[in-house]
Amino acid sequence: MTSDITLPFYQALTTDVNALSACQAQDELQGIRREALERFAVLGLPTLKTEAWRYSNIQRYLKEFPYELLYATTTVPAATIAQTAIPELDSYRIVLVNGHLQADLSELPAGKGITIGALSAHTQAPGFTTWFNKQHHLAQESLATLNTALFADGLYIELAANTVIDKPVHIVHVYTTTQHAFIQPRHLWVLNRNAAATIIETSVHPDAGAVTFTNSVLETVVEENAELWHYNIQQGDQHFREVHTTAAQQQANSRYHHFNFTLPGTPFTRNNLSVALNGSNTETNLNGLYIANESQHVDNHTFMDHIMPNCNSNELYKGVLLDNANGVFTGRILVHREAQKTNAFQQNNNLLLGTKADINSQPQLEIYADDVKCSHGFTAGQFSEESMFYLRSRGIGEDAAKALMVNAFSHDITDAVKVPALQHYLQEQIAAIMNN
Amino acid sequence: MLTIKNLHAEVEGKQILKGINLEIGKGETHAIMGPNGSGKSSLASVLAGRDNYTVTEGEVWFNGKNLLDLSPEDRAREGVFLAFQYPVEIPGVSNLNFLKTALNEIRTYKGLPAIEGRDFLKLTKEKQQLVDFNANLMNRSLNEGFSGGEKKRNEIFQLAMLDPQLAILDETDSGLDIDALRIVSNGVNKLRDAEKSFVVITHYQRLLEYIVPDFVHVLYNGRIIKTGTKELALELEERGYDWLKEELHLKEA
Repeated sequence: MTSDITLPFYQALTTDVNALSACQAQDELQGIRREALERFAVLGLPTLKTEAWRYSNIQRYLKEFPYELLYATTTVPAATIAQTAIPELDSYRIVLVNGHLQADLSELPAGKGITIGALSAHTQAPGFTTWFNKQHHLAQESLATLNTALFADGLYIELAANTVIDKPVHIVHVYTTTQHAFIQPRHLWVLNRNAAATIIETSVHPDAGAVTFTNSVLETVVEENAELWHYNIQQGDQHFREVHTTAAQQQANSRYHHFNFTLPGTPFTRNNLSVALNGSNTETNLNGLYIANESQHVDNHTFMDHIMPNCNSNELYKGVLLDNANGVFTGRILVHREAQKTNAFQQNNNLLLGTKADINSQPQLEIYADDVKCSHGFTAGQFSEESMFYLRSRGIGEDAAKALMVNAFSHDITDAVKVPALQHYLQEQIAAIMNN
Repeated sequence: MLTIKNLHAEVEGKQILKGINLEIGKGETHAIMGPNGSGKSSLASVLAGRDNYTVTEGEVWFNGKNLLDLSPEDRAREGVFLAFQYPVEIPGVSNLNFLKTALNEIRTYKGLPAIEGRDFLKLTKEKQQLVDFNANLMNRSLNEGFSGGEKKRNEIFQLAMLDPQLAILDETDSGLDIDALRIVSNGVNKLRDAEKSFVVITHYQRLLEYIVPDFVHVLYNGRIIKTGTKELALELEERGYDWLKEELHLKEA
């Protein structure tokens, strides 16, 4: 079932009741979907006048092609997946094609306490009924409400209390469509008390002659004393556009380590990342590295919501902007009155290497508690000429010297990657980008 | 090996080198001395290809090639090495990775295959011992947090690894205590042979007690005003530079 969205987007969606009923296979979600659609009608599609979107002209990208809402499942051959392997990485594998689980290519972890499957098949699961669509920031982001109203499917992960997955889980997202399509995957991952997991996401985009625009939403819940290492690697290509919303919730004593790597390829990427700290004594690390070239647009919109006292958050986003690339970083930190003894640090550093590259960076600190440590910082610069000359004077050519310097610039992010094979893979990718 | 003819250069519109003539043969060690601001480090920078210097006149030939036509990296690949007065700290670039990249870039230029990992480590170990470079510094970021002496020793270690034909030491002795000076000089002396030439730029005669030069040149106001042997350095140490300046003024008058 498809719906033409060449009309002003939200008009088409809100007036077309078919669009809504088309994806209401799960009756129990009707109320949630309808409410979300009403919310979307109020918020509307972001424009350049929407504060959170003032540097990212999403409408321009939505109007580029006559996208159709796509719900249908499709499958890909094993060969498609073969090229997505990360060398030397010993992991489980989950393959999602346009948001739908393809079980025959997946290699799921088995064991007591591990539930993994299609979201649509788990709407009765306790993790779902407790947590689905509960992260309160989602209702503020119009594209997230659109996703809630009209998503087709996605991945459900729930780890029971004390469950630890012994190897990283590698999720391979495949996006491939034969007609220009707007796809809305929806995922929910719940780590119950004392559970732990490492999840790596990558994507692949076999060219089937059309452009894919995804509007995906991931909710993660890190329950009491649980720990999640989450690596999202965005490496798209010319026929891909992406809005990705990650909404995390942390309970007391939990640890959440989020890494987001955006590498060249996708013309338009917008990441919404928000973390709500619902319990005390938590640790949150948000690490981002974006390397953009040509006329790529990469927007990272982040929100640390310090609701409870004694929590620590550390955010470091670094950008390398080549050619005419465009970077946007927003780092909102909200410290509620009750959130005493908060430590919240934020840093955004950029290398502007293209003659027409630019970065818009804005920290937004709102602090209502009086006993906190918070800081933010921003830099934008070029390579030090002295360093470049030093490397070249040792016989290292300009390109190789730049590659070394970019690797050096990003090393505090890549060094923090705890999976050696992934760390190596990322370093190689960065070197390959710079040597191109 | 190296021929400098009537070299003039300026930086930010200011004339710094005003007609340098110098001939350096294979296996020779030349010291260049002179008061502050005479143009010693500028000469080193021009030879290595630092791009804020503009050559306005003159020629530099290195093994039959016009050095001034080459990029800094190609000069290095042809065999010119500059030991920096102020080595740069580059956090995030490991010493080892940096050296391996440099070595392989030079090898590629010469049409040689990349060095095998095992051979590289063997070479590293050998040169480390030769110039007495602390192995613990190898895996650290390039010069980051190194003491002044460690940085200078790293320069000599790089010199040993890259094995150039011409090494220019730009005030390698500055800021070194006597023990560090001895270690650095010993390293240089072990690298001296019939094929390799050195240009030792220094403000003080002290270094030349350890690295004994074949020739000593005095640079003043952008020109070489006197050339002699190692005894000239001793004389400069005793009498300073003023007598030379006077001699020059008399000549010019």
